[in-house]
Amino acid sequence: MKEAEIRRLLAANLLCVFTIVLTAVVPAFILDGFTILGTHLAWLCICSVCVSTLNIILHLVLKPNLTPKRSSFAHKISRFLKCCIYFFMSCILFHAIIVLYGAPLIESVTETFLFAVLLSTFTTLQCLCMLGPNIQAWIRVFSKNGAMSIWESSLQITTICSILGAWFGAFPIPLDWDRPWQVWPISCSLGATFGYMAGLIIAPLWIHWNRKQLTYKSR
Amino acid sequence: FLLTRIELASSSSCSDPFVPPSWERQSLPPGSCWAPQRFSKAVLVIIDALRFEFAHFNPAKASPRPYENKLSFLHHLVTSQPRHARLYRFRADPPTATMQRIKGLTTGSLPTFIDVGSNFATYAIQEDNLLAQLVQNGRRVIFMGDDTWEGLFPKKFFRSYFFPSFNVKDLHTVDDGILQHLYPTVDSGEWDMLIAHFLGVDHCGHKHGPDHAEMAKKLTQMNEMLRSLVEHLGNDTLLLVAGDHGMTETGDHGGDSEKEVNAALFVYSKTPLFGTGPPEEPEAVAQVNLVPTVALLLGVPIPYSNIGEVMAELFSGDGDAVSAALQQLLVYHINAKQVDRFLHAYSLVAQDLPAEQLQRLQDLFSGAVEEHAQLLAQVQGLTLVPPELESRLGSLIGRFQLYLREARAVCTQSWARFHPLRMVGGCTLIAASCLLCYMASELATASDSFYRSCLLYPLLWGLVVAVLLGLAYAFTQNGLDLLLVSSWAAAASQLGFFWYWWGRHPKRARLAGRKLHWDGRLTVPEGPKQQLLGFSSYRREIWYLLCLVAMLLVCVRLSGFFHQCREEIPQCRPSLFLSPLASLRNTRAKNLFYLLCVALLAGLVCAVRSWLRHYGNLNSSDPLVLFVRWGFPLVVLCIACYWAVASSADDSLGKLQELVQVAVVAFPWAVYGLASVGLLLLLCNPMTVFAKDTRESAGSIVTPYLGVPSSEVDFLHVIPQIYRRMQESQKSCLERGGCKATVAAYGLGSVYSAALVIALTLLGFLLMLLHSERLSLAFLLLFLEAFVLLHIHTRARGLAGDAEPFSVPWYAVISWLLAASQFFYSTGHQPIFPAIHWNAAFVGFHLDHSTNLLPAVLVGANTFASHILFAVSCPLLLLWPFVCEMPSSQRKKPKKEPREELQEVEEHMMEMRLRESPEKFSTALLQLGLKYLFVLGTQLLACVCAAMILRRHLMVWKVFAPKFLFESLGFVVSSICLLLGISLVMRVDCAVSTWFSQLQLR
Repeated sequence: MKEAEIRRLLAANLLCVFTIVLTAVVPAFILDGFTILGTHLAWLCICSVCVSTLNIILHLVLKPNLTPKRSSFAHKISRFLKCCIYFFMSCILFHAIIVLYGAPLIESVTETFLFAVLLSTFTTLQCLCMLGPNIQAWIRVFSKNGAMSIWESSLQITTICSILGAWFGAFPIPLDWDRPWQVWPISCSLGATFGYMAGLIIAPLWIHWNRKQLTYKSR
Repeated sequence: FLLTRIELASSSSCSDPFVPPSWERQSLPPGSCWAPQRFSKAVLVIIDALRFEFAHFNPAKASPRPYENKLSFLHHLVTSQPRHARLYRFRADPPTATMQRIKGLTTGSLPTFIDVGSNFATYAIQEDNLLAQLVQNGRRVIFMGDDTWEGLFPKKFFRSYFFPSFNVKDLHTVDDGILQHLYPTVDSGEWDMLIAHFLGVDHCGHKHGPDHAEMAKKLTQMNEMLRSLVEHLGNDTLLLVAGDHGMTETGDHGGDSEKEVNAALFVYSKTPLFGTGPPEEPEAVAQVNLVPTVALLLGVPIPYSNIGEVMAELFSGDGDAVSAALQQLLVYHINAKQVDRFLHAYSLVAQDLPAEQLQRLQDLFSGAVEEHAQLLAQVQGLTLVPPELESRLGSLIGRFQLYLREARAVCTQSWARFHPLRMVGGCTLIAASCLLCYMASELATASDSFYRSCLLYPLLWGLVVAVLLGLAYAFTQNGLDLLLVSSWAAAASQLGFFWYWWGRHPKRARLAGRKLHWDGRLTVPEGPKQQLLGFSSYRREIWYLLCLVAMLLVCVRLSGFFHQCREEIPQCRPSLFLSPLASLRNTRAKNLFYLLCVALLAGLVCAVRSWLRHYGNLNSSDPLVLFVRWGFPLVVLCIACYWAVASSADDSLGKLQELVQVAVVAFPWAVYGLASVGLLLLLCNPMTVFAKDTRESAGSIVTPYLGVPSSEVDFLHVIPQIYRRMQESQKSCLERGGCKATVAAYGLGSVYSAALVIALTLLGFLLMLLHSERLSLAFLLLFLEAFVLLHIHTRARGLAGDAEPFSVPWYAVISWLLAASQFFYSTGHQPIFPAIHWNAAFVGFHLDHSTNLLPAVLVGANTFASHILFAVSCPLLLLWPFVCEMPSSQRKKPKKEPREELQEVEEHMMEMRLRESPEKFSTALLQLGLKYLFVLGTQLLACVCAAMILRRHLMVWKVFAPKFLFESLGFVVSSICLLLGISLVMRVDCAVSTWFSQLQLR
């Protein structure tokens, strides 16, 4: 049972990684003059949209969490709306945090905001898919020993990895190498993406490695 | 104590206090000074980083590398006109950075990093130099090329064409610009000295390295330039082509490797220069030799501080051998006299030239001069026949040469030398001190006797070793090197410490080793945030903490607005807030900012006062409290007046000018006076405790005291601050049979922090006065951030449920220090010399300082303001959690009956808890100080290592060395202030204990 789930997780995560790689490669054939560095904003949009759709589809197909008890249509709609609101709020929150960490306040608002959207796609959207608009559950998952399934462990790892990646991505910005990828927010978003991908790959491996130690409490 | 004895590791740079040039003309032939002028004009073409291999032409080479055999024109000149042209190896002295080389090429001395005699604020050369001599003698100097010269020689040039030099990627702007102006200028003839500084070769080296096709192109361009330049020259013109330094295989320079110091020099004129043909292998000449040579050839005096030697063969002229030799002898004589005078003047002001060598040089010189005089007399008397004369002339020239070379060697040895051994020694010393700090802070929980043994004996050891070394030096009659002695002493004392440590606690050592790993994990700067994730149960606390962290982030972000710029970042704009208000044109904005600043000051005072009142420290009628009540607003008033006067437009006040002059001086003095009075009061009587003693007057005041104040005091002053000494008084109560006689002390709970806060506020006022007006915003941020940090620390600790209340965790210390260095930048400073705020020296003074000490203190206080504030307030990290215990108990308070205070006392002890266990308190203070010093020392160590490893780096004199200097100064300032802060706390402690004993006596 556990092995099978880990395999499913691995497959899902590899699919995510593959999608991100595709978003970097495929649009170059369709759109003229598309490069990740040159038309970074376009790539940011494409990447966030693709990753979010894939996540939603995966969530619908795999159904990692237990279905809620009441599932009337109106309830689903309200849940969906709540999710949307949460996502938007998280975008704004990320924007504020990024500005607090030193992004320009007035110039290049679009770039900052798209970067915030990307970050929320990598972190908040996953949480929303997995846990629903339920802050209590989020706090539980992100506290010590709070994960209750391998999906939630994977969620922890990927989220932390993407945020750390974004943070490390900011390191080369002040250096004077004059490289095109040092422009705000390219290095950060690339860092976040690489962190996310690394998290996706690390998570199943780590869970596999520690499967003896990992014992999940039931609710 | 042990740690402040850190040796500054880089002995590479020496102080260079040159006496100002006091040049008197001596008896000179008309038209030229010192020596007859040989050329009326000279063209100096400096090709940056022209390595000797670039200029050397070897026709035998079959497959030249990109940089070889490109300057074929020079070779052509040398071979076709051997008496007109010659190529030399041009030995540059390290450091081979362009600016230092330009200084060397014009002053003829060995510029080191800090020229103490000069003004730090500008880079301009203050010493006597070739250009100054030329200008002084009425020559027209035209310059084109690298704009470094503009900073070095402001307003010296008759005409100049500067081009930006900073962009290393740009190979062509400077060169093309020069080429555009060069030939028209040469043809116009309105010049006596023309300097053209080409940068393309150097930039090409930095960008591509020497082994690149671009380099070939660049050198070919230079070749063409020289070819057409020679065509434009007249007969009375001397052409000098020089490289200021070489480059390594990677195209860098700055160090002292063979390839970097090996540049090329090419001399040419259309009239014959040399008596003989060129030697097989090009001769090597030192770079400083160019200065006296050019000076004498052009007939101007040699710059005062030159230590170069004339290139004699250029003076041989076209006469016979004897007259040539006589001529050479003459210039050697002049040169030697000048060098001797310089050495003499230099040794009067500085001791770093070894005395016995100077003596030897002196002997050499006087001997040579005497013989010269004899020889001249004999020549005039025609008593000598040519062959003998020739040999004697030759030997005399040899003696002069020897003298000049030895003089230069002595100077070089003592000025331009890195001491790798000493550097490594200094580094290990710092590292060992850091380690010691760390271990000591880890062991602080050990017994007290441990301290006595471990710290006292090593100190004794150090003293003994120092005395022994001193005696040894005295016996051997060597020069006493104080630095070495002190460092040996420090090393010995540390060895002693480690010895004791190993002997006494061999087991602990292993423990500490293991702890090291464990702590490495903890010391993540994001400490507070890590803890956030851990504890979901304390939701409310977490929200509070999150808000605090957000506030901290906001503070950090806002403080970014106050940054100063480095000159390496051209697109950076310095913050608006740095310039003084007086420079603002817009009166409305000025008034607005002024009001804002004053309001901020007032707000700060109000905040401090309300804080003190909250903790009940403002109730007594002691002089200190009175000062806090009335003195603070007065200080603020003074500062506000000073700012108003200083920022008002100069001419607007008209008749009041004299009054303004007085006020500009008077107000700062008032602030200084008030602040020092406050600090003195604080030292004399640091207790801000108001004691109500109801024992004696129990009968009469009983009813009003129990009735009214108990409610009033409850609400206004919040009873929890009252620490009642229940143990004794309760006993006495019981004895007397009533509970009414108690001693109520207001504000005892926060005695220590109150004193510290008052001191901090005073210091803050002083420092604000020294900064420009609008930086008070930054100071407000500083105080706010410190406050927030303290709160975060307290909260995080409350969450973690720390078992050890007497130790401050590492993350708190590190974040404290990070904040200190952050506000170093945020108060508008940068670790470079032009960024120092020099006007701080003139706050309250009128451009006249009798000594150098006072302005140095003022400027230092300005520069290290944040270091001072944070170091003094360091003990607050320990005290704050105790102070903040109050709010938690406050909630319980109202429910309880006043009579039940007995139990509450245990909760409301706050800082009095520290009194309970005095040993623990002192060790905790010591531990905190050691931790702080450890983190500081680590920072310093990193800087020292960077400066040591990168001592060959291109930017070392611009970036790493100043950073190192600032960092070490900051270290010293911080340690002193830390000591002051801790001693203040100790003073309060003493006062509290005397107070208690008095209370018990009563």
